[in-house]
Amino acid sequence: MYNRKKFIVSHAPFWHDGSWIAKRSYNILLAALPAVILSIYYYGLPALGVVALSVSSAMLWELGFTRISKTPDTIGDGSAAVIGMIFAMLLPPVVPWWLIVVGTFLAVVIGKMIYGGIGGNPFNPAVLAYAIIGVSWWDYLNFDAAIANYDLGFITMYPLALAKHAGMHTDLFNLQQIISSYNLTDLLMGRQVGGIGATFGLGLLLGGIYLIIRGIIRWEISISFLVGVAFTALLFQAADPGRYAGPLFHLLTGYTLLGAFFLATEDSSSPVNFLPMLIYGAAAGMLTVLIRNIGAYPEGVIFAILVVNLINPLLDKIRPKALGKVT
Amino acid sequence: MMKRSFFGLQQPRFKYDAVSNMNIEPVRIAVPEKVTLFLNRPFEGKVPRTLNVGDRVKTGQKLTLYEDSDAYVISSVTGTIRSFDSFLGDFGQTLTAINIEPEPTDEFDEALSRALDEDGVAAARDYLLSIPGGMPPEMLKGGHIDTLVICGIEQDLLSITNQYVTKSKVPAMNKGVSAIKKITGVHKVVMALPQSLMQEAGAIGGASGVELRVIEDEYPSANPRLIMRDVMGQIVPADKRPEDLGIFFVNAEAIAAVGEAVEKKMLPVTKTLTVVKKDMTKTVVEARIGTPFSDIFQALDITLFDRDRIIVGGPMSGTTVYAEDHPVGPRTLSIMIQDSSDVPLVSDYPCINCGECVRICPADIPINMLVRFLEARQYETAADEYDLYSCIECGLCSFVCPSKIPIFQYIRLGKYELDRIRMEEEAEAPETVEEPAPETEETTEEVTATAAKEEEA
Repeated sequence: MYNRKKFIVSHAPFWHDGSWIAKRSYNILLAALPAVILSIYYYGLPALGVVALSVSSAMLWELGFTRISKTPDTIGDGSAAVIGMIFAMLLPPVVPWWLIVVGTFLAVVIGKMIYGGIGGNPFNPAVLAYAIIGVSWWDYLNFDAAIANYDLGFITMYPLALAKHAGMHTDLFNLQQIISSYNLTDLLMGRQVGGIGATFGLGLLLGGIYLIIRGIIRWEISISFLVGVAFTALLFQAADPGRYAGPLFHLLTGYTLLGAFFLATEDSSSPVNFLPMLIYGAAAGMLTVLIRNIGAYPEGVIFAILVVNLINPLLDKIRPKALGKVT
Repeated sequence: MMKRSFFGLQQPRFKYDAVSNMNIEPVRIAVPEKVTLFLNRPFEGKVPRTLNVGDRVKTGQKLTLYEDSDAYVISSVTGTIRSFDSFLGDFGQTLTAINIEPEPTDEFDEALSRALDEDGVAAARDYLLSIPGGMPPEMLKGGHIDTLVICGIEQDLLSITNQYVTKSKVPAMNKGVSAIKKITGVHKVVMALPQSLMQEAGAIGGASGVELRVIEDEYPSANPRLIMRDVMGQIVPADKRPEDLGIFFVNAEAIAAVGEAVEKKMLPVTKTLTVVKKDMTKTVVEARIGTPFSDIFQALDITLFDRDRIIVGGPMSGTTVYAEDHPVGPRTLSIMIQDSSDVPLVSDYPCINCGECVRICPADIPINMLVRFLEARQYETAADEYDLYSCIECGLCSFVCPSKIPIFQYIRLGKYELDRIRMEEEAEAPETVEEPAPETEETTEEVTATAAKEEEA
């Protein structure tokens, strides 16, 4: 009895497909890289500094939180790094360092850890932090002001702000003329003003398609978000082309692509059933354009996603009847 | 083991193995030096026994160990009883283990053949419980049976025992079907088969009236509840079993064994099973019921090391055993060996709400929510609002979980705990009926007290 071999005894199933949270996180970071690298190419070291400080401070906040609360270290799952990366992607290329550190505190600690860590957050942590920072220190997040000292060779005016301004003062500006001054290639190739990770449309599309193919984000959310944006923008443009920009402009400016592939798709704050995912995505897309066109802010993705994050638990109640359920 | 593909958008698909093109030569395992049989009754030293240590038993003899119970097990060898033990099974189930030292030559017990001669085929009813392949005990109790479904394929993956038997023992299956009809009085017999076996099994039931029905070859379509839905066109309510609707599922091997028993007037005692080695190669083995696994491993040249895993049943829903000398039981369809380096570990990470499980679940259960309630031991809510009892126990949710949560284990534990709680509540029910009366008195007292206070104020 004493020299018996000791076997592993456990519960079924005895196979696992090998997926793991860290692998998902690193793939998201990988998919975000093209968009971030192009911005670093345009804006140089300041942008690199923002990204590096945001990722590292987010990770340190998580480590600090788990150490102080005496819970197991979760820094290895890469979730904090992803939050830091996405927060950096939202920021302008030049921001004060303390803003980043406060922002990642809000994202990691207030946005995620106090709800019990990964999987428990009701809002996308990076989006929540950006909203708080945006409401508190709006001036620092002004894209045009942030890059005032750059000579970039393309229009250094935040497209959405310009379009909104022109739409509000149709007597002074011609909206269509302003929109046509941003050509499609510029918007796709990152030759526009915006967040560090939000301007390179092609890179974001590639990253998003990569994540969809790998099964890390859910295509239903991304596609319905984009359709929601395009459809609502189309309706507004049809109503008054002189005041509202068209679908293509809305799709390729601001945070739209970033929102479709990186923000709205955050696991914990988005639904998992088919129909709810479509409603969730479409609602976020419609809200985005509503805020952009008739709200107070030029950009609507941030608040649109926060609002649909709120209805996510309700949406997920729409689900197929389980096998053998009578009522 | 199947890994997540690069294109993770596509859900993993498991196919059942098809044996139609395989040329299977079963390996016969010699009669072992020690045989262990499990009697489905807790071990009790004080209850008078019909058999004692040192008694001689014959092959095929019905061993009713305890005088106060009719639980029995069929001896698979001729030999001498050496000891009785208590054995602790899964979920705290306690059994009596009977250890027998076999003799080299078999001497067959005459009871079955006498019973068959005297009372006809129906007399076999009292002997079939631990037949190779197993019989549902309720089926032999004599109640009404609406439909008998013979599974020509295992519920779980890799195992090919039922397919092999279906393919190679068509005449025995035919005899078994007509015998089981007479024994249980069932009229409708359905055989569920994969498409690949249809041709070879076509001869089954030609005369005896068996409906052959095809089941999909993708896991878990051989699950009884899914067979009910997809093949029988009837959905079993989540809180009922197919047996409650009068529909019984039997392994093809058991039906073939019934056929052999009736024909030869001897109970078959040799179990067919699939052994899956570490490199996933399969061998079909024939061994006496009660043979320790170690004898089979020796015969097949399998060496085990510390931290390996021995799985009884398939990779998705089987159980593990902790000893190499665990015996082959009547329902052991397969044994699978897993190398320690292939053993995936679980984690205590929370659910990240990725939805992989929800999308792969064949029963449409909101597992992302269910698992949160199960982790918090909110079993009642899990059952009432998040479909705990709809689970068909296929294990796919745990397989795809990126948090490596032992979801399947949580579900089984939840069902077990909830059944236990509800049983305790039922046992206490008479007392709770009387309770409301004093409660109402208290509330009226409270009401008068508050009324009095108000008056004072």
